[in-house]
Amino acid sequence: MENLVQTAMQNVNFAAIMPSLVLACFGMVLLLINAFSRRGATAHVALISLVALLTSGYTAVMGWNNPQAGFAGHAVLDNYAIFFTIIFLIAAGLTILMSDSYLKREGYPVGEYYTLIVFSTVGAMLMASGTDLMTIFLGLEVLSVSLYVLAGFFRGQLRSNEAGLKYFLLGAFSTGFLLYGMALIYGVSGTTNLVDIGAFFAASPAAATNPVAIAGMLLMSTGFLFKIAIAPFHMWAPDVYEGSPTPITAFMSAGPKAAAFAALLRIFLVSLGSMEGTWSSMLWVLAVLTMITGNFLALNQDNLKRMLAYSSIAHAGYALVGLVAANEIGISGVLFYMLAYTFMNIGAFAVLVLVGKQGEENLTLQGFAGFGYKRPLLAVLMTICLFSLMGIPPSAGFSGKFFIFAGALDAGYVWLAILGVLNSAVSLYYYLRVMVFMYFKDPEEDFEWIQLKPGATICIVLSVIAVLYMGIVPSGVMSLARQALF
Amino acid sequence: MYDKLWLIPLFPFVGFLINGLLGKKIKNEKVIGAIGTLAIFSSFVVSCKYFLQLLEDSNKVHEVVVTSWMSVGQLQVDWGLLLDPLSALMIMNVTGLATLITFYSIGYMHGEEGYFRFFSYLNLFSFAMLMLVLGSNALVMFVGWEGVGLCSYLLIGYYYEKKSASDAGKKAFVVNRVGDFGFLLGLFLLFWSLGQKGVWTIRFTEIAANAHLLENGGLIVTIITLCFFLGATGKSAQIPLYTWLPDAMEGPTPVSALIHAATMVTAGVYMIARMNGLFAMAPDTMMVIAIVGGATALFAATIGLAQNDIKRVLAYSTVSQLGYMFLAMGVGAFTAGIFHLLTHAFFKACLFLGSGSVIHGMHHAYHHAHLDDDPQDMRNMGGLRKKMPITFYTFLFSTLAISGIPFFSAFFSKDEILWWSLSSTRGHWALWLMGALAALMTAFYMFRLVFMTFFGEQKTDARAKDHIPESPLVITLPLMILAALATFGGLMGVPHVLGQYIGHFPNAIENFLAPIFEHTQHLHHIEAHGAAATEFTFMGISVGIAVVGIGLAWLMYCKKPQLPGLIVAKFPALHRAIYNKWYIDEFYDAMVVNPTKKLGTTLWLIFDVRLVDGLVNGVAWVVKGSGRALRYTQTGYTHNYAMSMVAGVVAIIAIYVFN
Repeated sequence: MENLVQTAMQNVNFAAIMPSLVLACFGMVLLLINAFSRRGATAHVALISLVALLTSGYTAVMGWNNPQAGFAGHAVLDNYAIFFTIIFLIAAGLTILMSDSYLKREGYPVGEYYTLIVFSTVGAMLMASGTDLMTIFLGLEVLSVSLYVLAGFFRGQLRSNEAGLKYFLLGAFSTGFLLYGMALIYGVSGTTNLVDIGAFFAASPAAATNPVAIAGMLLMSTGFLFKIAIAPFHMWAPDVYEGSPTPITAFMSAGPKAAAFAALLRIFLVSLGSMEGTWSSMLWVLAVLTMITGNFLALNQDNLKRMLAYSSIAHAGYALVGLVAANEIGISGVLFYMLAYTFMNIGAFAVLVLVGKQGEENLTLQGFAGFGYKRPLLAVLMTICLFSLMGIPPSAGFSGKFFIFAGALDAGYVWLAILGVLNSAVSLYYYLRVMVFMYFKDPEEDFEWIQLKPGATICIVLSVIAVLYMGIVPSGVMSLARQALF
Repeated sequence: MYDKLWLIPLFPFVGFLINGLLGKKIKNEKVIGAIGTLAIFSSFVVSCKYFLQLLEDSNKVHEVVVTSWMSVGQLQVDWGLLLDPLSALMIMNVTGLATLITFYSIGYMHGEEGYFRFFSYLNLFSFAMLMLVLGSNALVMFVGWEGVGLCSYLLIGYYYEKKSASDAGKKAFVVNRVGDFGFLLGLFLLFWSLGQKGVWTIRFTEIAANAHLLENGGLIVTIITLCFFLGATGKSAQIPLYTWLPDAMEGPTPVSALIHAATMVTAGVYMIARMNGLFAMAPDTMMVIAIVGGATALFAATIGLAQNDIKRVLAYSTVSQLGYMFLAMGVGAFTAGIFHLLTHAFFKACLFLGSGSVIHGMHHAYHHAHLDDDPQDMRNMGGLRKKMPITFYTFLFSTLAISGIPFFSAFFSKDEILWWSLSSTRGHWALWLMGALAALMTAFYMFRLVFMTFFGEQKTDARAKDHIPESPLVITLPLMILAALATFGGLMGVPHVLGQYIGHFPNAIENFLAPIFEHTQHLHHIEAHGAAATEFTFMGISVGIAVVGIGLAWLMYCKKPQLPGLIVAKFPALHRAIYNKWYIDEFYDAMVVNPTKKLGTTLWLIFDVRLVDGLVNGVAWVVKGSGRALRYTQTGYTHNYAMSMVAGVVAIIAIYVFN
């Protein structure tokens, strides 16, 4: 008996999941604190959540360049996992910062909200460090279930309910595809370990062209592409993003998307590298389709929340270009872009949180008329975020796109890069429209002065600093992204 | 030796930060103005130091890397600055004029709402313009390119309560998008096509050194340069993208002088000069540039004939003069183009600031008399030369310069362009003709402006006419400096054919810029050939043209008051005719002004309203329409979404598995 425990423990190595472990423990404590807190008092929960994220981030950063594997090859904490972990933590942290005032305004000051964000982050982290299909699936479910609840968090609001339910139904549906795909891959290769799958296909090239294996790969990627909202699996995104509480929309378009990318990249590059011909040609088409769909859907939106939501589809398309390229520049470009997008998108959403009025009102373009003169500094910050989303130098968004398209060019995907640049040009139209309203339209008569809330303001300022830093001196983050590749 | 080059853009940026962040608290106008002016003046001082240093230096090209920006594979992009004769001239131009104009604004913007905002934008603009000019690679230039655009929109829409102002800002914004798109696409294609040859670079020095790898005159180089040229037409207001510039005059006058005359709008010309090696490889593009430039020069001049708003005349004149610069670029007269860019900056800044001084005075008088007349309408002016002597003389000298009167600055630069357009290996007599006709009209409408504003009867409302003051020194000092430059600035480019008669006077600017342009001109056999006698003849013709233009203006707008008293006694029969001013006004109205006006209006209607606006709206409509169609796919029904997922999965699997 003792022997058995010892054998089991030898393989455990908690260091491989330390950041998620720390965060999960904090999550439990938060649940307890919630249970004993006065209703409506959430500031301390938010604060403790931030401490939790920082602690987890600290343990993650400490593991840099010191990869740890554990749980019999089910999880690792390599640079790659750490890089993504930091992205999730930043996304969660910025979201929490902007949430406090928002929850109070909308009348749902409930501590569980933060606990759920923390747990969804744990799930995302497991996805990034999972080296076994089962671990990745486990992470995905932890992440998704938390998000279903968060999307429908405003119980009294029909739109929020609808968002939660739709996300749940379609998410469950896509999970079916995912599991089926995993089962087929397991059926062909006889293992769920990513490295072993890769070794199996490398050893028997014939298996890589086996229809069952290809079907497995395709079904499995469908599950992840759904989470990233890649066309034609994107249709849930606009409705869910619109109905969810604004900070959750910001979070969903950054953190979980990055998590699905983390898993997808690892699976494709580690296990299914021998099928690259198949998946890269599929992703080529889907990337173009997604960029076009996202951008053209965003064109007509007068509501900024919807506009940002639609455009986030397009941004996932740009990132996919890097995966198609599948070279060092392209993949590290994807990592860079995920971080850049987290900052610029959450920054822009935080401005929406400040500008919005109770019941998600005032988010139309008209609400931004004359903003540049009434709140010049905030407008400048918003402008920088928008510039970054457009991809205008010197901003993080530009550097990210630059790396990704350069990767595509390097790999010989000239047309893909050109289509990407053209799509960026289309996106100028709707981002610039916001600026036209901010600077060239008269403010409405009953313009109300926006109250600057400390949390959201810190969130915006931090995001803008990061956006500029990653735009002006991107080499620092980029070299980290390079080191993060396996 | 040149490692502190980054100080030049840094100073105005610091000024922008101070005024932008603290301006609201400072409140004191003098302090805000002093900070703004001092910031740009400091960078002028540094520019002077480096300029003088470069004059002495035998090595004329210096690249300074501030910090690394991005490195991808073999491509290394730096935050790099490039100081060579071309950029050295430009930074002198930008910092010098920006200093004068910022100083001028202290007086001109007095009492305006958001005073600090104006100065912080002005400094931000200077920063961006210096980045554009100094950038050692195309991306840094693009950062500046976008930055100057942004400041331009903000400053055009400065009086945002005025609908026309914010509309004009919007128009500039939209039109420039088209141009910037061209720039980006050109850059992308250049990067890629050079990459195909194994050179991954966007640095200007390396582009120049490797341009020959591309096929000379080939399709790809033509497309690349056309894309860049599209970018230039947007920023520099050429056909077909010129329409925003006249509207941009809605901004405060110092902005018109600095951004929409002297610096930003010349960015397109500068960009072509910067990549002259690339453009010279595409003769087709060069021809397009020359034709567009010549046509714009001529076309804008015709419109200038019929305007009554003092700033609008100057605006069309700017478009027309920019046309000359492009004409020069197109025929390979790079030096002449840059030379004209500089002299134009002097005289046009002076003209705009002078018009600002006039408007300032008129505004003051109307304000005093509680009238609501238009202070920019020349029909309300006249006889101002006695009221505003300094403004008048400075304005007059600049007008003589723009008209091409010998030994004033633009005589040398414009004549050089006309000579090249005729005699260059890439020139053509038709190009010369367009330029010459435009010169005739320029002399005419500019003197028409001078006569209507400063000479003759004062037509201002009686209640206001005695309250027009000369502007204070803070406004007139920059005018005097600029007028001096407009008068003598041409001496830096005295052509050889003249220079040899006055003791081997060197063509300083040509010698100075030779390291940049000479190689290209040799390589592609671009030269102006012709006998000295021919050159003199054509010089004489251009002077003649200028004199005829001025004479016509004088005949029509000045002659009337003096002649009567003299002639009435001698020829009573003629009296009636003379009383009616020889009916020349009416005659010209019927024969020249009205048709031209009509033509101008018609052309304006066709080009401005129908074609360009229609095009802009049309693109937006197509794009929006397809967006709308796509939106119908978002039905909101979960089962539809699920169906689309299934369909997608089935399609993908069908393609790959059963392939």
